[in-house]
Amino acid sequence: MALYSEKVMDHFRNPRNVGSIENADGIGEVGNAKCGDIMKIYLKIDDDIVSDVKFETFGCGSAIASSSMATELIKGKPVSEALTLTNKAVTEALDGLPAHKLHCSVLAEEAIRAAVEDYHSRHSAGTGA
Amino acid sequence: MVYADNAATTKMSRTAVAAMLPCMEETWGNASSLYGFGQKAKEALEAARAKVAACLGASPGGIYFTSGGSEADNQAIISAAHLGAKKGKKHIISTAFEHHAVLHTLKKLEQEGFEVELLDVHENGRVSAGEVSAAIRGDTALVTIMYANNEIGSVQPIAEIGAVCRERKVLFHTDAVQAAGHLPIDVQKQNIDMLSLSGHKFHGPKGVGVLYARTGIPLENLIEGGAQERGKRGGTENVPAIVGMAAALEEACAHMDENMAKVQALRDKLIGGLRRIPHSVLNGDEKHRLPGNVSFCFEGIEGESLLLLLDDKGICASSGSACTSGSLDPSHVLLAIGRPHEVAHGSLRLSLSEENTEAEVEEILRAVPEVVEYLRGISPLWKDKVIGKREFLLPESYR
Ligand SMILES: Cc1ncc(COP(=O)(O)O)c(C=O)c1O
Ligand SMILES: [Zn+2]
Repeated sequence: MALYSEKVMDHFRNPRNVGSIENADGIGEVGNAKCGDIMKIYLKIDDDIVSDVKFETFGCGSAIASSSMATELIKGKPVSEALTLTNKAVTEALDGLPAHKLHCSVLAEEAIRAAVEDYHSRHSAGTGA
Repeated sequence: MVYADNAATTKMSRTAVAAMLPCMEETWGNASSLYGFGQKAKEALEAARAKVAACLGASPGGIYFTSGGSEADNQAIISAAHLGAKKGKKHIISTAFEHHAVLHTLKKLEQEGFEVELLDVHENGRVSAGEVSAAIRGDTALVTIMYANNEIGSVQPIAEIGAVCRERKVLFHTDAVQAAGHLPIDVQKQNIDMLSLSGHKFHGPKGVGVLYARTGIPLENLIEGGAQERGKRGGTENVPAIVGMAAALEEACAHMDENMAKVQALRDKLIGGLRRIPHSVLNGDEKHRLPGNVSFCFEGIEGESLLLLLDDKGICASSGSACTSGSLDPSHVLLAIGRPHEVAHGSLRLSLSEENTEAEVEEILRAVPEVVEYLRGISPLWKDKVIGKREFLLPESYR
């Protein structure tokens, strides 16, 4: 049996939405180099909809595939929905991950939440002033 | 497929397979049976013992067949430790980058009250006989230091360390699993009291190995049972595997010089090409190195994704990254030579055999830089380093 599902390997080999967004509305970075996984998510938001999303990842196959799948799951969705994305949803969409790789999908969930929070803090700062 | 993971296991040689077949199809009796048919198996077993002994410069009486390198390491260390404890000696010297078969056995002994001292292996992955000598105390029961490291390939000054131990009357064990069949071994000349090796690292079968113990060193049984292996290892002998291993070892030793020359040339070509990758570092001593070992760290990337993409290109390699080990920490070997966690995550081990070709090395040299560049391109860590937001940990060009 292969280590990863076909879905994981597809997203690992052909990651969707890889790259960065200039003048992103929200950026989230989680993980650290010591642990071997860093994920960075860039969001473009129009009318409270995630109109574009990109990612950069330093990490294993599961980390790259989770980032790719997570961006696919929130693209075109309302910001409020992006915030509710769980690592379980990412894992299920990937047809599962090995148990010791689940933490990589948790990072994807956290990176998106961090990016949305960044968007909110910029947003409130901008309008509040 | 380009198989460059010979430190993990090797393909069985035709000689080994050919030696095994008659043991399965003709002389398949039980070596402990007294009738002639069983005794034929016994003869094959003893011929294998003599062959292995000859390859190590040992007497056949010192050769014990085991289920592999791990069992040999366990039995050697536990036997020597308990022997020492009877004389009140409960101090054991080893190194921080031994194989887990050694380190986990030492952990167990620590729980029994032994004091384990792990020597620093420095950036080049070597300890000196002087450092071993300085660590030896009146209550030292055992020094166990691997002949050659499985991840970074560094080779220890085994004869010198052995001489120091002999002089100070301390038992010396070496895990020679990566060295056997690849580097010369002579237990007499190198002052080795106990040695472990494993059949599948030199084109023999898996699940079979050897523990050598000098005459007069009483072994402690790990497996109780019948009188096999002079009562030191119960269980009907796996004669086909033992015979296959002996044939493979004999063949490897007979062709050692030519294999070494060939493999070393391939290794050096590979090292020369890979060190052109910016912000990379060779792990392990450059000179005192296994003939087939190439071990690098590449900054800004993670090893598992490197391996998966190399696999897509048909290249079998290995890494010491956390995500390949199943734990959260990268390889203890890379940490022991002082690589920062971040750098250790980006490691790649390629291990060659005489079956590899120059064309394969060229194929690897095309694939690795391409994959490293791609992964750096999607790595936020690498990007931060390039724009100066984070510091590079490895110099841009090779030292
Ligand atoms: C240095 C070293 N020691 C011990 C072992 C364990 O050998 P085996 O797989 O035969 O138990 C290995 C194999 O991976 C090794 O490389
Ligand atoms: Zn991971």
